[in-house]
Formats: sequence, structure tokens, C-alpha cells
Amino acid sequence: MSQAFRVPGRGRVDSARTVTFTFDGRRFQGQAGDTLASALLANGHHLMGRSFKYHRARGVVSAGSDEPNALVAVGSGPALQTPNLRATQVEVYEGLTAVSQNRFPCLQFDLGAVNTLAAPLLPAGFYYKTFMWPRSFWDRVYEPVIRRAAGLGVAPTAPDPDHYAFQYAHCDVLVAGAGPAGLAAALAAGRSGAQVILADETAEVGGSLLSDRTSRIDGRPAALWVADILAELAALPNVRVLTRCTAFNYGPHNMVALNQRLTEHLADPAPDMPRERLWQVRAKEVVLAAGALERPLVFEGNDRPGVMLASAAQTYLNRYGVACGKRAVIVTADDSAYRVALDLHAAGVTVAAIADLRPAPDSALMRAAQGAGLTVLPGTTIQRAHGSTRVHSVELARLLPDGSVGKGQHWRADLVLMSGGYTPSVHLFSQSRGKLAFDERLGVYIPGESAERERSAGACRGVYALADVLADGAAAGVAAAGAAGFAADAPSWAVDAADAPGRGGYAGALPRRGKGLLAMAFVDFQNDVTAKDVKLAVREGFRSIEHIKRYTTTGMATDQGKMSNVNALGIAADALGRPVEKVGLTTFRPPFTPVTFGAFASHARGDLFDPDRRTPIDPWARAQGAVFEDVSLWRRARYFPRGSEDMEAAVRRECLAVRGGVGIFDASTLGKIEVVGPDAATFMNRMYVNAWTKLGVGKCRYGLMCRENGFVYDDGVVGRIAQDRFHVTTTTGGAPGVLAMMEDYLQTEWPDLDVWLTSTTEEWAVIALQGPSARAVLAPLVDGLDISAEALPHMSLVEGTIGGVPMRLFRVSFTGELGFEINVPARQGRAVWEAIWDAGQAAGITPYGTETMHVLRAEKGYIIVGQETDGTATPDDAGCGWAVSKVKADFVGKRSLVLPAMQAPDRRQLVGLLTEAPWEVLEEGAQLVARPDEAIPMHVLGHVTSSYFSATLGRSIALAMVSGGRARVGETLHVPMEGRTIAVTVTKPVFYDVEGARLNV
Amino acid sequence: MSDTMQVSRNGFTLVPAADRRRFVLQARPGTLDAAVRALGLAETPAMLAAATGGAVTALRLGPQEFLLLLDPAGAEDSLSALRAGLEGVAHSLVEVSDRQVGLDLSGALVEPALASLTSIDVAGPAFPVGMATRTLLGKADGVLWRTGPDRFRLEIWRSFAPYMSGLLNEAARDAVF
Repeated sequence: MSQAFRVPGRGRVDSARTVTFTFDGRRFQGQAGDTLASALLANGHHLMGRSFKYHRARGVVSAGSDEPNALVAVGSGPALQTPNLRATQVEVYEGLTAVSQNRFPCLQFDLGAVNTLAAPLLPAGFYYKTFMWPRSFWDRVYEPVIRRAAGLGVAPTAPDPDHYAFQYAHCDVLVAGAGPAGLAAALAAGRSGAQVILADETAEVGGSLLSDRTSRIDGRPAALWVADILAELAALPNVRVLTRCTAFNYGPHNMVALNQRLTEHLADPAPDMPRERLWQVRAKEVVLAAGALERPLVFEGNDRPGVMLASAAQTYLNRYGVACGKRAVIVTADDSAYRVALDLHAAGVTVAAIADLRPAPDSALMRAAQGAGLTVLPGTTIQRAHGSTRVHSVELARLLPDGSVGKGQHWRADLVLMSGGYTPSVHLFSQSRGKLAFDERLGVYIPGESAERERSAGACRGVYALADVLADGAAAGVAAAGAAGFAADAPSWAVDAADAPGRGGYAGALPRRGKGLLAMAFVDFQNDVTAKDVKLAVREGFRSIEHIKRYTTTGMATDQGKMSNVNALGIAADALGRPVEKVGLTTFRPPFTPVTFGAFASHARGDLFDPDRRTPIDPWARAQGAVFEDVSLWRRARYFPRGSEDMEAAVRRECLAVRGGVGIFDASTLGKIEVVGPDAATFMNRMYVNAWTKLGVGKCRYGLMCRENGFVYDDGVVGRIAQDRFHVTTTTGGAPGVLAMMEDYLQTEWPDLDVWLTSTTEEWAVIALQGPSARAVLAPLVDGLDISAEALPHMSLVEGTIGGVPMRLFRVSFTGELGFEINVPARQGRAVWEAIWDAGQAAGITPYGTETMHVLRAEKGYIIVGQETDGTATPDDAGCGWAVSKVKADFVGKRSLVLPAMQAPDRRQLVGLLTEAPWEVLEEGAQLVARPDEAIPMHVLGHVTSSYFSATLGRSIALAMVSGGRARVGETLHVPMEGRTIAVTVTKPVFYDVEGARLNV
Repeated sequence: MSDTMQVSRNGFTLVPAADRRRFVLQARPGTLDAAVRALGLAETPAMLAAATGGAVTALRLGPQEFLLLLDPAGAEDSLSALRAGLEGVAHSLVEVSDRQVGLDLSGALVEPALASLTSIDVAGPAFPVGMATRTLLGKADGVLWRTGPDRFRLEIWRSFAPYMSGLLNEAARDAVF
């Protein structure tokens, strides 16, 4: 079969370029310019999918992005198959591979179709009603079965090999939709000099004009007029025209997201070409020209392949040169279908009858149809369409004056066209939070009051006649350009067309003869929702349209009410006995059409997902075979295994090396902030709980910072470099937050203070040299600086040089040993590190990582903010009450700390824990209770915050936060674990060198 | 991840900028005027503008903030003059020479490449030559300074350089299409 339904001389496809593609493994031919849907139709192939719930055979209904049925997967291979594409939007190219979805084993014969027989058992709310009992069936039976049966398409299983571009753009006027209104708006705005972006979701601009063979604009055929306008727009440097580009999300402040498909239509895209580009457009003004969607009619069998929208058949004929059938019956409530009938008739398709639901239709178009010899049946409805994988006949019946339906008459037809009038596409307007207004005259919702700087033009606000649409678009373009500051003149065009579409229409289910208890008349094709389902929902007590939507699933998923909304509303309003405008409308959610995950991710994948921050010493550590861990965005060396050591063995060795000799540690990731200015000490006094006024120049102090609520936020050693200059350190992860909080207070609360903050985190590489031999290793390197215990005691600092490199040397310790932190400019960090490394060889210098650092500090009872504290610990809870100044007038958190609850004796306090068995290492996070035999739920007294095996002590140690913990020292508590309970003794939190003798040497 | 701070593509080039000593100078606006005089600049740059004279470039990143970029050759003289000019006046001068790296971006596609990273409008009319601002590029902070019609200087913290050049490399690849 080779394109038997192609109409020579019609359409915009390239008749000279034939392409071959496969659908469900079968080879087909189409023409360049075809969509998958038009090419299949050219081959007489209507069946393109199976429905979601009942697995009914489905054909294509529309010719655009509103297509609910013809969802296909394109591409092949585990990574390249893209599911849920609309065949109406997939452009064919040589070698395209597409498959249908939701069928088993094949499209022609689907076992799932037995669901149709069970339809009376699958009513609205089926899942809610049926799968309730027994509870144990949920996980093992119901859920797996439902999941296998439901769902649209199959997700790819391998990583996406394509890449996706992302772009911000700024413009004066964004026009969404390039039909007649959009083109007129873009031209009006473009001529004014405004920066204009015009986006359209289809491959070609022109919209409905590309399917219009009748209208003449300024005497030119519509399609040629489109070409003229496009040429002028292309010549304007301030106008950007984007095709295959869907405006899918209207965000606040006129931030509109567009998704542009770049390679999907190409057989052989350039190798570096991104598959899609996501645009975030910040537009001063927006013109919405989204057009209108024709409504299907709701009658029994309206989902049979071969039943489609009248406007779709017109588009397939006039834009793609395809006749959708040989013998058509048209059912309409609007004049526009008569034009379709005339076009089909002229192309040689037999139009057997036009059933008009209106009792006495009368228009020039109707008379033209009659004049052409077509049978027009006024006051006639469609009772039923017959057929399974293709419609073969229909039953038409008179609408009687009393509202009932008369006896039916059989009509043969392989094509049934529906025209229920037009629904303005208000999705983007609704996303912009604009208020919809019900238009009594048209019986539909149209844009009302705007919430953003936008205006709608043309069919998307219920303006349908071409002359009006062009004028409306031009006026909107002028208004938008004007609002953006550009004076524009509205272009005007003379339109020679008598068609007046959009004045009729029907909302709801068509009247029928008989009860039709088994009749399936679909409202929402995609979600398999029938008219009965909506009525049932109302009978079962649902009043709100939002509830009806959820209960029946109508208008959900990708459809978002494009096809179904107004009909569902009509049925619900009828069942509720309330006018449509009182029932309301459901929310239109973004995206307008589905967007690939890849487009959202764009460059944020793999190595570029997050910045991968590394220190200047990182390459050295990698060369030494260090194992790394993530600490915020940084990679930090966790331990340095030797030979076949595991982490435990390496950490024990590193701990003993530091306590027994000297260890070297990369502390570069510590946050650093330089606080400078005459009011620096005042500022520090207000930000930290500690007192700073009396800290001498050249001295250091442990600083603790709370938030307003009195809970510990961050900590770190602070050195006073000069009277008006502090070198503040923060935790690695806390650095950005601390700087932001300081700036916030400075700028909003204390702008009078003469003090300024500068982040110096990355200015300095920090090398920690720790252990009894640290001084001996360092002393020869520091260019004559005296670093003796007398000259540089614990918690002091000095500026000098190391091998000629400027240095800030801190005598501080987070290990409990004699220790130095050597700050040098980052570019010199590696060289200084290696110089110390070389000098330390004789002393057995050992590199250690964050894990060893954690053990060493826990042996000393030093807290880690975020490990011992969890955002609900006060300084006193964390055992740092000594740091809080009693004399300062105020500091951040002071007001909260004096509240009685913050001083309650049963607050959780930092303690140490020792297990009976020295080898037993508790689990961090484990709970603590008073008695092992307590009934569940036990009363939890606290939890383990840090737990390690201490090589130095030859036993396990743990830190914990325990209710009233300091008063419990000596008590036995219990850690309930799976199947057993571990007894622990509460101790003070310092396990090693309690008096600090090793620090002050 | 590549550590080479070099991207050479059709319409887009990224190379490390010439070495500069860098300082963050913060003070009240009147003091900044005094600093400008001490540094020998013609006039105080307006908000988000740059001023260059001799060995000194001052980027006005905030009402109270300059980022100073100094040619190492003349840096000490400028610094002495600055310190002398601000003697006894409240200010904060902090060296950040090693905190950040400079990247020179150039080429016909430099605007669309940057537009892939920042929501700021980098097109000529909105971001003229001589404008400088701190902004978010992807997930990293940076200072963007337009040095020519098709030229930007990007100043970013050291550890973000591989991420930033990696992102710009991909953005420049995509900008061709």
C-alpha cells in the first residue's frame, strides 16, 4: 500500500521527497513535511494506539498537540526511545522508527481489550472503591497489577546519550503562538523596534492559515500571506522566530519557559547539536496567541478510529495533502464544519451527510454546501458510531422538539467528523494566574482580568473571524510594544472571506435514544473517562469540579483539559442542575505539553551537576591514594590507606601517629571571613556569644554563634590580627550561611557600624600540623620566627613567612595535641605542604584525613556543629556554656537563651558514653533509655551523636545528647538494638588528657 | 573533570586572564572617592561600572565596595598611595589575589554562552562595555565585567574554575545551534 489516500496537488509536503519509516515494525512511506500521523493516514492507517484503561483501539483525533490518542514511542534502543510523543507532532524523516504504546501483544489484537467487557465493573473511582480490602493485598497484588496495567509508555532504561541546551533570554515582547493573531502581533511589535520573540510549537508558522484554502488576505492566498509576513519578520534584526518551540510554563513576573526541539525532526543531526533547548524568557510584555481547540462531540463510539475532529481532517487535507477517508459523515454544531465539507468534497471525498445539531442552521456557508449538492440534515444528532478498529457506519437520528431523539437511520462512512465548536486555549493565561471569565454568548471561558503584563489575542480569547483575528493580533502587538516603551502603528489587512466560524457549539454529552447503560461515550479519550463516569461522580456526591476531576481523572495528565474540559463541565453542570459558569473550571497546570527530563536538567548532569570543589592540596592527596568524602561541595581526604588497609586500620594508624609524633592535615576548606573596621570588635560581640573586646592582638579564641532562637549555628577559632581586624574561621559547610547571616545583620540591623566583611575562604590554604613533634618539624621552616611555647603559646597567632611565603600561623588544636595551622596564599599551598612533608620525614610525619580528625576531637570531647548539635541545642546543652559572655548587653540569641525553657534541667546535654565491652562501638543515632525492660514505646532519654573506636585509649568511646545528662554521670543507660540491649555508662565527654597538659607544651 | 582552564571553540574562547593582584576595598562612599583620588583614577565609577587608570582597575560592585585589580608591576606603588590616602579613615582592605581566578571570555558567541549560565541580561544594550556585576552563574558566584563588545572578564573563586569552564564549554558548544 503506497499512500493511497494522498491527494495530488494538495498540501505543503514535498511530493518530490519520499521518506521511508517504520511503525510497529512495518515499513511505510510518507513525504518530507509529513507528521507521523499524516503519513500513516496517507497510507489509510488510522489505528495508532490503545486506550489507557480499556485498551480500546484508537485512531488519531486531532492534528495538533491536543492529540489524546496517537501517543507513540520514537527511536530505538534502551536509551534512545522517547515515549509518549504525539504522532501529530512527530515529523517523519528517512529511517524514523516509531512504535505504538499500551498494547499487548499488538495493536490490531490487544488482550487488554477484554477490559471493555468489564467496563461496568470499572466505574469512576474504581481504584478507590475496589482495592480497599484486604490490606495485605495492596503491596503484593493490587499495586503491582495496577502498575503493570496502567501508565502510558515505557521509560528508557539506559542513560540519555543526548545533551540539552539551556538559555535565558530577555525581550520586550514575547508572542506565544504564530497563527494569524500571533503573526500580526509580532509584526506590529517588530516594526516598532522592540525586541520580539515569536514562538510556535509546530514546525511552521501560520497556524490555521496553513490549512485555509479559501481566505484571501490583501488578495493573497492565506499561505502566501504567511510567507510574506515571515519574510518581513526574518529581515527584522530585533525579531527572533522560534519554531518547534512550545511555551509550556507561564511563571511569575513574565518569566515564560519555552522548549525548543532541535534534532527530533532530523534524520542526521550534526553530532554536537543539542536535542532540545529550554528557554527561560523574561519578557517585558507578553502576547498570548494560543488559538482555539475544536471540541469533540460526546456520543457512543466517538473513540472509534476514523472518528476525528472536522478541523483535523481539514488540516490533513490542506496542509498535508491527505484525505482521511473516502466517505465522510459530518456531525456539527458550528458553521466551520461546512467549510471542511466543501474542501473534502472538492478533493473528491464523498460527503455522505452533514448532521447539524442545531434545529435551523442558516448561513452562507451552509447554503454553499447545499449548493454543492451536499446533504444537510438539520436538527440531527449521532446516536452511535459502529466499528472496532475502524469506523464503518453511523446511526444518525432526528432531535425531536420535546428534546428526545427519534428513530435512527444507518449511514455508511469510513470517516466521521465532529465539530462541537471551539474552546479558546486559555492554558497559558490560566498559568499566569489571570482570572477566567465565562462568555455567555460563546458558552466558553475566555481570559478576563490579567495578573501579569500580558494580553490575549485572536481565537484564544474567542475572536474567530479571520479579519477580526488579524486586527486583534495587530492591536495586541501595538499595545504590548507601547507598554514596553515603543510607539507602534497597527498594520491592517483586507480579508476576503465570508466564513464566520465559532458562533455555534455544543458542551456536554449529546442526547441519545434509550438509556444506553452499556454505551461508552468518551469525554476524555486519554484517560478513558466516559460521560457516565462524570454523571456517576455527581450521583455519588461530588459537587466541586476539582473533585470530579480527581475522582474520574478527566482532564488530568498530559491532556490538561485540552479536549475534555468543556464537555466534562457541560455534563457535570447538567447533572448538578446548575449553570456551567457556576460549576467553575479546573486549574490548568504546567507544562502545556510534556517536556523531557533532559531539557529540565540541561547541563546539570554528571560532573557539572554541582561544582566539584577541590583544595590546592587535593592533587597531592590523590597521588597518595587518599579516599575522599563529600563535605558540602568540597571533596575532602577521608583517610590515607597504606597497602591493603581498610578505613578502620588506616584511621587507627593515623590517630596513633598524631598522638605519638606528628600528623599533617588539609584544613583548607574551613570557611574564613575577614572582619575589618573600627567597629570590628563591636560587631563580633553582637554576632558571637563570646566576648571579644579584651581579646588581645595576636590571640585566638574559640567562637560560638547562635541564631536568633538561641540555638548553636556555627563555631570556629577566631584570631585577632589587629585592633580592627579579625580572622574568623567557620565550619566547612557553614561558611556561606555564616557570611550571609553576618551581612544580613550588618546591612539591615546595624548599618551604622563601620565594619566590613570579606570572604577569604579560598585566599588561604590551611595546613594543620598536629602532634608532639609538630614544633620540631615546623621551627626550621618559618624563616627565623620564634614559635616556642613562650613566644607562641596555645591559642595565639603570628604573621611571618614560611620559605619566603607570607603566612598567618595559628597555634591551635582540634586534636588535643600541640598544633599549628599554617595559612598561606592558596597558590603556594601545595609547595608549602610539600616542604613541611619533606621536613617531617625524619619525624615520621603522617597525612591524616577527616575520619581521623573526627576521632581525635571526640577523644577530647570537642563538638562538631551539626553532629552533636541539630539546630535545637543551646551552647550550654553542647557543653559550651562557658563560652557565653555573662556581661555583654546583647548578642544574637541572648534574648532566647534567658527563656526558662532554654534553661530547663532536663534539656539534652552533651555527655560521654562507655560500653561495658571495650570493643563494642555504638551506632550513631542509636536511642538511649533508662531501663532495658521498658514497655514499648520506651521513653527516650537521648541519642548517640558520635561513636568511634579510639586506638589511643584501646576502647570504644561515644558522645551523646542525654536529657539532664550532666547530672547522670556514673548512671547506667541502655541502647536498645535489634534483638538485644547494650548497657552504657554515662561519663564526662572528655576521654583523653582531661587537664589539657598535652596542649600547653 | 578537566583542570585545563582553556576552551577554544567556534565563536568562543576562554583563557586564563593575565595575573593581577586583587583587593576588596570596602568603605563609606566618601572614602571610596578618596581612594579613587589616591589611586589616581579619573573619577569614582558609578554603581556596576569600572574605572581604569595606570596599573589599577576598580570595579564598583556595591555602594560600599570596590574590587581592585592591580597590575603586579605597579601594584606596590598604588597600594602605598592607597594606604596613605586612607590613613586614619574607616575602611577595609583585604587581599584576595589567591581567592579567585580571572578568565577572559571572547568571541561572537560569548553572549549566548553566558546567557546559558546567568539570568542577567548580558546583551549589549543592557550590559554595556565597562559594566561589572556580581551574579550567579549556574550554581556558582562570579563577577562579570564586560571588557569589549565580544569580551568579558569572569572573576570566580578558585575552586569553582573547573566547574565554570566546563559549563561554559558546553554552553559554547550549544550556542552554535
